[in-house]
Amino acid sequence: MLILDCPHCGPRNSSEFRHAGTSRERPDATSVTAEKWRDYLYTQQNAAGWVRENWYHAMGCRRYIAIERDTVTNRTRPSDARGATPRGTDATVGTSADSNQETAT
Amino acid sequence: MRNLAPDGSLLEGAKRLSRSVNTLGKTLDQPRTGRRVLPARYSAFDLVRRGLTSSPWPRTWHDHDLESSYDVVIIGAGVHGLATAYYLAANHGITRIAVLDKAYIGGGGSGRNTAIIRSNYLTPEGVAFYDRSVKLYEDLAIDLNFNVMFEQRGHLTLAHNDSSLRTMRWRAEVNKLQGVDSEVIGPAEIRQLVPYMDVSTGARYPILGALYHPPGGTVRHDAVNWAYARAADALGAQIHQNTEVLDVEVRGDRVTGVVTNRGNVSAPVVVNCTAGWASLVSAMAGVALPITTHPLQAAVTEPVKVFLETVVVSGTLHVYVSQTDRGELVFGASVDPYPSYSTRGSLEFTEELAGHVLELMPSIAKLRLLRQWAGLCDMTPDYSPIMGVTPVAGFLVDVGWGTYGYKAGPVSGESMAELVATGKTPELIASFDLARFAEGRLVGEKGAAAVGH
Repeated sequence: MLILDCPHCGPRNSSEFRHAGTSRERPDATSVTAEKWRDYLYTQQNAAGWVRENWYHAMGCRRYIAIERDTVTNRTRPSDARGATPRGTDATVGTSADSNQETAT
Repeated sequence: MRNLAPDGSLLEGAKRLSRSVNTLGKTLDQPRTGRRVLPARYSAFDLVRRGLTSSPWPRTWHDHDLESSYDVVIIGAGVHGLATAYYLAANHGITRIAVLDKAYIGGGGSGRNTAIIRSNYLTPEGVAFYDRSVKLYEDLAIDLNFNVMFEQRGHLTLAHNDSSLRTMRWRAEVNKLQGVDSEVIGPAEIRQLVPYMDVSTGARYPILGALYHPPGGTVRHDAVNWAYARAADALGAQIHQNTEVLDVEVRGDRVTGVVTNRGNVSAPVVVNCTAGWASLVSAMAGVALPITTHPLQAAVTEPVKVFLETVVVSGTLHVYVSQTDRGELVFGASVDPYPSYSTRGSLEFTEELAGHVLELMPSIAKLRLLRQWAGLCDMTPDYSPIMGVTPVAGFLVDVGWGTYGYKAGPVSGESMAELVATGKTPELIASFDLARFAEGRLVGEKGAAAVGH
């Protein structure tokens, strides 16, 4: 069972959340080509290892939170909401585009 | 997308053994190489003879030293990889093939699925493709001289609300137009097919109707894997288990070989037939795939006397059920709600599954679950596979099989083998190419490919 540590509600079962994927930089819709836009729509980072991802606490505080999760073991640790150095330093996280992104609101 | 080679032919050596051999049975009468003793033909007579004389059975397939080059390297020794190797050898005479697997034959999705075969899909492309697979499955036991236990018991997809019933009617019409036996039936007919199912109007999710697909059924998945392995091995393909691909070598825009934990292998063609690790293996060649990997859990009960002949699927209840010849009920569900490479089972799955199965068949409440397991599913945005060429010449993909890969094993092998041998993408898989995502030509199969949405 996956327990996610919500910064607003505390540790809760993942069934309260909706997985919202890893953060990607949204291209400028006014200038982007159709191919680039579709790449943004369809191609997700699918890393085996630690990723920083967003979850929507649908049955709780109804806020988006950022969590770091190892997709191989499903271990989790909290992520710094402002995208600074993540707590826990035993692994690199995501791609550079991901780790520079502000992941929580 | 560029073609595989400027002249359209992928392999110069492909023509060396140009005789087209359709079945292993035919090749046994006329061995083409003196390298190996072909396996004894399995027969009832042979079974009795070996039983009486205690003579040992020959090995089903053989181990080999890894050579430094092959004509074709196939990554993944599941049903897709083994079928591709077999059809390359049998239909196109290409036998310098290595099938590499980091673990053992059929240890991934090919040994973890719920072994349901059907072709009642939603898109014309999907129906034609899976129908060819059902046809190949029908003759597989004879073609490969191996009892794969394919039983066409009929396949029921239940509709619990108006919108599902509308989708079932849509699917039935698309199926019928393609000559696939499929029709919408009502609760009374469902009750005749599955007497133990609760078709009363008092159920929490009343059953309004179902899509009935008589050619659908189940197969023994291990037997299919072993049959393809044995046949490919007999024709000269080498199967290398415990051989993990660590990197794919690309020079310029062409693939040149792979790096494995047993040494380097050079090859002009590398086919990615993995499931679960498809995006990671493709990333080694620099090919990004629109795939997310989700676990899918399944479970099986203790065996009981056979009472359920058809395969029963309910999208609303996220469950599908069939009964094996041994009497166990096999349950599958929807994929887990977040991507992961973990194959650990969860209690949430078991609880939800049990609740939903009992909605359908209250009388099996006392059955006990024997075990549960999980496999990895590479989900694509449109619930259709990704097959064919990539921007890296010679690096082909047969991936993105989501929750529907096993039923497509034979036709995928046949199609990928044709692509490798001729350099031309067969019409049957042309719409499943990787370029469709960038070009906006999705093949939306969500309404028929899986349960749980």
